[in-house]
Amino acid sequence: MGIKLTERPQAQASGMETLEFKGTALSDEEFKGGKVVTVSGAPNAQYGWDAGVAIGRFLHELKEGRLIGTFCRSCNRIMVPPRMFCEWCFRNTDEWAPLKDTGVVNTFSLCYVTWDMKRLKEPEMPAVIEIDGASPGMGIMHLLGEVDPKKVQIGMKVRAVWKPADEREGAITDIKYFKPM
Amino acid sequence: MGYRKVAVVGAGMTKFVRRSLETGKELSFEASHMALESCQLTLDQIQSVVFGSAPDAFDGVHMKGEYISDGAGAFRKPYMRSYVGGGTGVFTPIQGWWHVASGMFDTCLVVCEEKMSPCQPHPQGAFLTIFDHTTERPLGPNLLWIFALEMNRYMHRHGITEQDIAQVAVKNKKNALDHPCAQIGREVSIDDVMNSEVLAWPVKRLDISPVSDGACAIVLASEEVAKRITDKPVWFEGVGWNLETAYWTNRDLYYPKQVEYAARMAYEMAGIREPRKEINIVEPYDPFDYKELHHLEGLLLCDKGKAPELTRSGVTARNGDMPVCPSGGLLGVGNPIAAAGLMKICELFWQLRGEAGKRQVPGSPRRGLAQAWGDLMQVGTVVVLGR
Ligand SMILES: [Zn+2]
Repeated sequence: MGIKLTERPQAQASGMETLEFKGTALSDEEFKGGKVVTVSGAPNAQYGWDAGVAIGRFLHELKEGRLIGTFCRSCNRIMVPPRMFCEWCFRNTDEWAPLKDTGVVNTFSLCYVTWDMKRLKEPEMPAVIEIDGASPGMGIMHLLGEVDPKKVQIGMKVRAVWKPADEREGAITDIKYFKPM
Repeated sequence: MGYRKVAVVGAGMTKFVRRSLETGKELSFEASHMALESCQLTLDQIQSVVFGSAPDAFDGVHMKGEYISDGAGAFRKPYMRSYVGGGTGVFTPIQGWWHVASGMFDTCLVVCEEKMSPCQPHPQGAFLTIFDHTTERPLGPNLLWIFALEMNRYMHRHGITEQDIAQVAVKNKKNALDHPCAQIGREVSIDDVMNSEVLAWPVKRLDISPVSDGACAIVLASEEVAKRITDKPVWFEGVGWNLETAYWTNRDLYYPKQVEYAARMAYEMAGIREPRKEINIVEPYDPFDYKELHHLEGLLLCDKGKAPELTRSGVTARNGDMPVCPSGGLLGVGNPIAAAGLMKICELFWQLRGEAGKRQVPGSPRRGLAQAWGDLMQVGTVVVLGR
């Protein structure tokens, strides 16, 4: 592929100091005070997500107050969240594997803000919890509760606190949170 | 392997600001125009355009790559947008590289733009759909969680303190004072970082980069064409990219393996055996201060858990043995997602040509590395440039 490139003087290395950078910063006042014209709108989109083969079963089990994973015979992993295929071996998983509703805190945070940066008085305590009965390092994201935020530690043993059976609906929130054992 | 040599021959960028008067299209134009001017090319000499930008949801515009394309100089040209989350800004130049390396084109304009400010009340809202809709979103997660969870795991595994990590924010925000496009260059102390508002412990206000608008652009050319355009081409020596599993709660977050795999790919291509000796400047992805340390380790530029020591001893200072984020990084220059990654490539271009002005690292660096990272902490993208 040809390119028309007339011989031209070498672009001179001008150095940072002589370069002019564009871009006009607006202050909050200018934006919110109507000094800059803006239009606004919100997308109208609602979704109904299918839970799928593996997570569908996972949700059914949650409703019964149980955690379940899947087992891949090829790599010998018991996985949670469960999947109907093993992403390492790229083959179908072989069996369902009942798990305990206890585990170990792999990592956690104490979050004092909402997603839109509003302050929370009491922190939310998201954590990755390695579930007992699954392969080492197999965790799920959930929340911690019934614990002083200052006392939360990595390595802490925790147990699921379930909603009462008649309030469970087949959702990850059927576990209210995990609390120290 | 059978690919051609590719050079960066021009670079341009806009200021990074919290909220720009200019639209994404206008920002893209300013950066692209400046990049073309810098190497005295005109748009008719550009044979292909690649564009990088993060989620459409920031702009609320479906297929924003196509919407913005006129500003990126793509009118009636082969054009393609890429998006790999936070890794985009270092992935898009790789995409441009293969356009030219393959022999398809002799020139390619690479443009990365981000305008986060339209998304109200906070652009974090655009990120929330990254979490699994069935197993995670009902728990009400926000994006800070995954960073906080990763940072805590990293600290725990190596016994690293919040003060160790705060050093990075101090260094990068100070470096940014010398960047004419910087949004929040300033002098802060470790105490300032430690005393800043706790957002999602261990993450505090000054541990993180700001929300920004901005754009960057570079011009790529094949070897023969590059030599006619400039006597100071900056060559692509290695590129690498890699994706980890989306089952992020099944990984040990203390170490970014995908960054290591991307780096190994780039080092092999560049013929680099001892990266610690052979890389002179590093621009790792630093949306949070701990990420710079995490990524230096993933890039094999120091032993696992030892990055804080490098920072403490001044090795990573602008005048240190291995300057890291001499630009000021995302923590100081700002973080318009895709543009922030390409800003790092622009920095290497200016540094390797000795044109970085007050930010110039001493010792005529010969080779630099830029890296970005993103998605559900999944992707690693790496470019090694040399002169
Ligand atoms: Zn397997």
